[in-house]
Amino acid sequence: MHSSLIDYTIHLADSTHILSQRNSEWCGHGPILEQDIAITNISLDLLGQSRNFYQYAASLMNNDTNEDQLAYMRSEREYKNLLLTEQPNTDWAHTVLRQYFFSQFQFLLFEQLQNHNDPQLAAIAAKSLKETTYHLRWSGEWVIRLGDGSEESHQRMIVAMDALWAYTGEMFIATPYELISGIDFKALNENWLAKLQLLLAEARIPIPENTYFQTGGKTGTHTEHLGFMLTELQYMQRTYPNCEW
Amino acid sequence: MLVQDMEQIFQDKIDREIKIEPKDWMPEAYRKTNLRQISQHAHSEVVGMLPEGNWISRAPSLKRKAILLAKIQDEGGHGLYLYSAAETLGFSRDEMINDLLSGKAKYSSIFNYPSLSWADMGAVGWLVDGAAILNQVMLCRTSYGPYARAMVRICKEESFHQRQGFDALLVLSRGSKEQKAMCQDAINRWWWPSLMMFGPKDSESTNSDQSMKWKIKRKTNDELRQQFVDMIAEQIKTLGMVLPDPALKWNEARKHYDFGAINWEEFWNVVKGNGPCNKQRLAARNKAHDEGDWVREAAKQYAEKKRNRAKEQAA
Repeated sequence: MHSSLIDYTIHLADSTHILSQRNSEWCGHGPILEQDIAITNISLDLLGQSRNFYQYAASLMNNDTNEDQLAYMRSEREYKNLLLTEQPNTDWAHTVLRQYFFSQFQFLLFEQLQNHNDPQLAAIAAKSLKETTYHLRWSGEWVIRLGDGSEESHQRMIVAMDALWAYTGEMFIATPYELISGIDFKALNENWLAKLQLLLAEARIPIPENTYFQTGGKTGTHTEHLGFMLTELQYMQRTYPNCEW
Repeated sequence: MLVQDMEQIFQDKIDREIKIEPKDWMPEAYRKTNLRQISQHAHSEVVGMLPEGNWISRAPSLKRKAILLAKIQDEGGHGLYLYSAAETLGFSRDEMINDLLSGKAKYSSIFNYPSLSWADMGAVGWLVDGAAILNQVMLCRTSYGPYARAMVRICKEESFHQRQGFDALLVLSRGSKEQKAMCQDAINRWWWPSLMMFGPKDSESTNSDQSMKWKIKRKTNDELRQQFVDMIAEQIKTLGMVLPDPALKWNEARKHYDFGAINWEEFWNVVKGNGPCNKQRLAARNKAHDEGDWVREAAKQYAEKKRNRAKEQAA
C-alpha cells in the first residue's frame, strides 16, 4: 500500500517533469512571441506540479531524500513517466497534440483524484486541475486551428497523429501500483476518447485505426529518447554531487 | 502654425515634464530616436532569452529551473509591451522583427556573449540585469509616455531578476571549491561586457546631447556606468569574490570608485557583428521565425475561415 503510493506519486511527478522539460525546449524558439510565452508558462506549471509530487513522494519515503534527489539521481530504468511525455517536440503540431493528449487525460484524472482519500494527493490534484484546465483549452484550440487551418498544417497534424497515437494507450493500461488511485481506467479511457472524438471532428483529423499501443514507461522501459533527456537534465547534479544550488 | 512654433510648444511641454503621447505633434527626429530605442530594447528582451534559455535544460535544481523559466518568460513579456509601445510610433511589430532578422536593427550587444556555465545565470541576473535596471529606472521618467509607462512595470520584474541572480551567486560563493571557481569565472567574463552596456563614452556618444534635451534620457552613459561600478564594487564584497580590474579603487576625493580602461575595440567589434555569438543569436531568431511561418499562416487561415463561417451563419 505504502510502496504503491510512493510509486504512483513518483509516476505522476515524472510525467509532469519530463513533459515540462520537453516544452521548455521551445523557450526562446516559439513560432510567435505570445505562444513562446504560453508554452513556457505551461512548462512552468508542469514543473510546479512535478515538484509537489516529488516533495510528497520524498516525505513518504521517510529517509533524507528530497525533490532534487528524486529528479536528478534516478536512472532511465527508474523513471516512471508516460512514454508520450518524452517524445520529441519535432514541430508545433507534435507539441500541441502531445499536450492535448496529456492534458485531456490529466484533466479527467485530476477531477477524480481531487476526491482521493489521501489528502495530500487530493490537494495536489485539486491545485493542478486549475492549471490543467487552461492547458487543455490552449492545446485543444491549437489542435483545431492546425487541423482546420492551412493545407500544410492539416498535413502536419496527420503526421503528428501518426507519430504519437501509439503512445496514448499507455495512459489507460494500469500498472499494479496505479490501483491505489482508485481510478476506473476503462471508464477514464472511454471519457477521454469521447472528448477526443468531438475535438478531432472539429479539427477534421481522423482517429487512427491502430489499437496496438506502446507501453513500458510507467515501469521504467522507455523509448530511446529518455536517456538523452536525462543526460542533459542531470548533468550538473551528476558532475557536482552533494552541492547546494 | 510654423514648424518652429510647434517645436517650441513641444520643447515647452518637455521642460514642464508633460509626457509626449502618440497623437501629439513631435519632431521627426524625436519619433525616430524613440522608435529606434524602444524597438532595440524590445529586440534585446527577445534575443536576451537565448543565452539564458541555454541553461534551462541543465538547471541544477528544480527550484532554480522554475526561477529561470519564470524569468525568461518575463523577458518575453517585456518584449511584448515594448513592441506595443514602439508600435504607437507608427511602425508595425512585423516590420520591426523583419529589421531584427535582417540584421538592420540592433539589440544589446551583451547578448552576443556566450553563457558557458551555470554561474553565468547568476552573473547575467546580477550584472546584466543590474546594469539594465539603472538605465530602466531612469527611463521610467523618459518623456515619451508609452515608453515610460511600460518601463514602470518592467522595472518591478527586473529588480526581482537581479536579486535572484545575486542569490544564485551567493549560494555558489558559499559552496564547494568548484562552485566558487565557477562563480568567479562567470564574474570575470561578464564584468567588462556589462560595463560596455552603458554605451560609448560621453565624449563619443553621438545622440547624447539631443536625447538629454528631449529628456529621452536623463543621465549620460558615463554617469550611469559610474553608478553601476559604485554599486557592484560594494555588493561583490558580500560574495567574497573580486572584480577583474586591478585599477578598481575607491577615490575619496571623487566619492566614487575609479576603474580601469574599457576595451573599446572589442565593444565596437561586437556592435559591428564580430562578437562571439552575433551570428548564432541571429541565426537562432531566424530559425524560430522561419520554422514558425507555417504555424502563423495556419492561424491566419483558420481565423479567416472562422470569420467567413460566422458571416454565412448571420446571412
